[in-house]
Order: sequence, then structure tokens, then C-alpha cells
Amino acid sequence: MKQLTNICAGIGSAVLLLGKSIGHAPTLLRQWPRFIEQCYLIGYTTLPIVAILSFFIGSVLALQAGYSMQSFGAKEFIGSLVGLSMARELGPVMVAILVAGRVGSAITAELASMKVYQEIDALETMNIPPSRILVLPRLAAVLVMMPVLTIIGDLVGWLGGAIVSKYTPFIALEPEKYFETLRRFMKFKDVLNGLEKAEVFGFFVVLVCCSIGLETRGGPREIGASVTRAVVVSLILILVLDYFVTKILI
Amino acid sequence: MTSDSSTRSPFSEAQTPAVSVNIEGLSKNFGDLVVLRDITLKVESGEIFVLMGPSGSGKSVLLKHIVGLEQPTAGRVLVDNRDATDPATREQVRMALVFQAGALFNSLSVYDNLALYPRENRLASEDGIQEKVMRALQILSLEGKAQKFPSELSGGMKKRVAIARALVMEPQLMMYDEPTSELDPIMSATISEIIATLKDEYHVTTIVVSHDRDLALNIADRVGILMGGKLAAIAPPAELRASTDPRIQDFLNPRIDLKNPRFKHLET
Repeated sequence: MKQLTNICAGIGSAVLLLGKSIGHAPTLLRQWPRFIEQCYLIGYTTLPIVAILSFFIGSVLALQAGYSMQSFGAKEFIGSLVGLSMARELGPVMVAILVAGRVGSAITAELASMKVYQEIDALETMNIPPSRILVLPRLAAVLVMMPVLTIIGDLVGWLGGAIVSKYTPFIALEPEKYFETLRRFMKFKDVLNGLEKAEVFGFFVVLVCCSIGLETRGGPREIGASVTRAVVVSLILILVLDYFVTKILI
Repeated sequence: MTSDSSTRSPFSEAQTPAVSVNIEGLSKNFGDLVVLRDITLKVESGEIFVLMGPSGSGKSVLLKHIVGLEQPTAGRVLVDNRDATDPATREQVRMALVFQAGALFNSLSVYDNLALYPRENRLASEDGIQEKVMRALQILSLEGKAQKFPSELSGGMKKRVAIARALVMEPQLMMYDEPTSELDPIMSATISEIIATLKDEYHVTTIVVSHDRDLALNIADRVGILMGGKLAAIAPPAELRASTDPRIQDFLNPRIDLKNPRFKHLET
């Protein structure tokens, strides 16, 4: 029962925080430097790990597809399989998971630490709503950076698949053939759906991480507990949202 | 000239009415834990009121109610006759709270910590903000520290920066939460002098929560003693020193008794 009450309280806090942050949306223009800083932290610093993971996910997909398809002579379709899997599912989900682990945890740690050391209270006594200067720039930045990260993840994943397809002896598929089937079976809508999913995942991950950080009570030990909770909740949320968003988009 | 009932700005000749604080039947529970029980007191405009009491007696919680960071379980707090829980009160009455650990923003320089309030609330141009910040730093003898970060400052300097940050708000009501904790006796005396000087020069209503007996008895106009969530006494320092109440005397002049140590009789 207490767990259920805590979950409801958490959802309530996140919804209230979202409402307050949206209410401050007109101030976003004059918070331009904060927005740019968050774009840098969410986008630029996450880019290398997105590229590395995407490359290997694309590679593994091609490898598995080549291994399974060689027996019935369909290996020329590896391009379409890797392309569609990356664009529609693996790209957005993987980027969201990386953002949750790398950016979300850092957001929660920073806000929880500010809460524990009374910096949030200090902001409130100065009539500066934390939702305005700490949450709104992060939400706006993640909305801008998620599609960028996902597109780059998709492209690098496709490239990884192409390289593995060419240099693996039992596949030996020329890149021209790989990209030809990728283009033939993929529509712009597939990429767009992936980007829409990434937007939803990123937005809710940052919202949840901000909310859990700002709700932290107690001492330094609770900062660690909040970070763990934020990452776990974010991961669950990504997979739950993935099901529902996919259902809506299909 | 400052009239008796007006608070003067440290940065201009502007005067605003000094504010009083009325606490009426305030009680606060956290779950089953009763922290404050039916507290009633009035802090007069322009006075220094020091709230003392043993650790865990609810002093800081009371302060948070005045600044509107906590909601009362029962009763109410009025700042300048406005409900402290109403967010509009913080816009109408300039209240500043100096937190125990300073609560400085570690990612900002000293200058930006001080500039945050006027900048975010768009109260002055960048030139005006610079003038205010440098004046506040000058009042607290911190001119050379503007570009330092909080992590580069000593404990005493952090407290002074926190006071300077509060001063930039041109407060009508200034509150200090344990301003001399973790400081050496000389720095504690310095902070006490700063609190008294700011009150004398700018006629700011001042509430200090402290364990520091020297601070309370030297600079307070009145002292309140909170014990077990209840007000045990409110009196000027001289009256308090002369009190015959054994609890007050034990709190103000605790004797170290090695034959019958107190910790053996503490409630668990």
C-alpha cells in the first residue's frame, strides 16, 4: 500500500512539475545560455557513446541477420532489416537508454544534491522557481537533441551493418546492394516514427529525473538512492512507453 | 535619515516600511512526530529576535514556516500581516534567509551568486546589478572575492558571502539559520557584529536561530527559548540571565558534571 502511495505521489509530483515548467515556457528565450549549455550536455557529450553503441548494434544485427538468412538465400535483404530495426526500434530505444543512464543520472544527482544542500530552498526564498531555471531548459534541450542523437545513431548503425556485411566471409554483401535494399524497403515515415518515439522517451526521462532529484529528502545517502531510483524508473518507463507509442504509431 | 519604522536600502536612499512577524498558534507534525506545539509570538518591526533551544527543538522548522518553505499543521504565520504560505507574500515582502551551510550555488562564482536574485527577477540592468553586488561585497569586506567559487572559500567567508547575497535582496526581513555554527570564536563574534550592524544601519527586522549564547545575549533585543517544540521563555537578554527557571539556567549555563553525566539520563 505504501509503495502504491509513493508511486502515485511520484506521478503527481512529475505532473505538477511539468505544469509549472510549461507555465514558464515564455521565459525560455531569455534563458538561451542555459538552454545551449543543456544542449551541449545532453547532445554533444552523449554523442560518442551513441555512435559507438549504434555502430556495434548495427554490426551485430547484420551478423545475426546474415547468419539466419544465408540458409534461404535472402541475405541481400540484410540492409532493409538493419535499416528498419535501427530506425523504428533500436535507434530510439538505445539512445533513450543511454540518455537515461548518462544524462538522467547526472541530472538527478545534481538536483538532489542542490536539494539536500538547501540550494533549492535558497532559490525559492529568492522567488526563483526551480522549475523555471533548472527544469525548463533541460526539457527544451532534450526535445531538440533527441532527434539529432537518434538520426546519428541510425546512420552509424546502418554503416556498421554495411561494413560487417561486406567483410564477413559468409555474408560478403556489397554496400551498394545493402543500401539499395535499405532504401527500397524503408519509408521516410519509418525514420520519422523513430524520431517521434525518441522525443517521447527523452522528454519523460528528463522529466522523471528532474522530479526525483527535486523530491529528494534527507542527507547525502539519499542522493545515491535518488539516482538509482531515477535510472530504474526511467528504464521501465522507456519500455512501457515504447509499447504504447509503437501501438499508436503502427 | 532612517525613520524608526522604515527599513533603509543598503544601495540607495529608498526606505520601505519595516515588517513584523506574527506567529499564531503554530503547530507542525511530520507524520507522528510533533515538532512544534502551539507557538504564539510576535517579532516587532526593526528588532533582533534570537531563537535559541536545544538541537531538535524545532527552531529551523519555525524559520522555514516564516519564509513559507513549510506548511503549518495548525495555526498561521503572518509576515507584515500577510499569510506566509501565500506565494504572493514573498513577492510583496522582501525576505532573505541565510542558510546554515550558506546554500551558495557551487557552480556559480561569488559574483554570480549575488547577481542571481536581481538578474532572474529582472530588477536592474547589468550595470545596476554590478553596482549592487560590488557594494554588498564591500559592506561584508569581500571585494577581492567576486570571481572566486564557493569551493575556494573558508567557512567564515562562505557565511559572509551568504549574508551579502541576502543583502542584495534589500530585505525588510532578514533571517539567519545558525549563522555562527562551525566557526571559530573570533569569526563567530565577527558574524554577530555583522548581524547587529546590518540591523542598526538598515533597520531590518532580524530573526536569528542559534545555539550561540554569546551572540544571543549580546546582540538580541529579545530572546526566545524553544524546548520540545514549545516556547519556554521570551525575554530580553538581561531578564533571561536573571531567570530562576532551572531549565533556562541549565540551558544558558550548562555545568559539565563528570560524576553524574547527562547522557546517562537521556531519553532513547
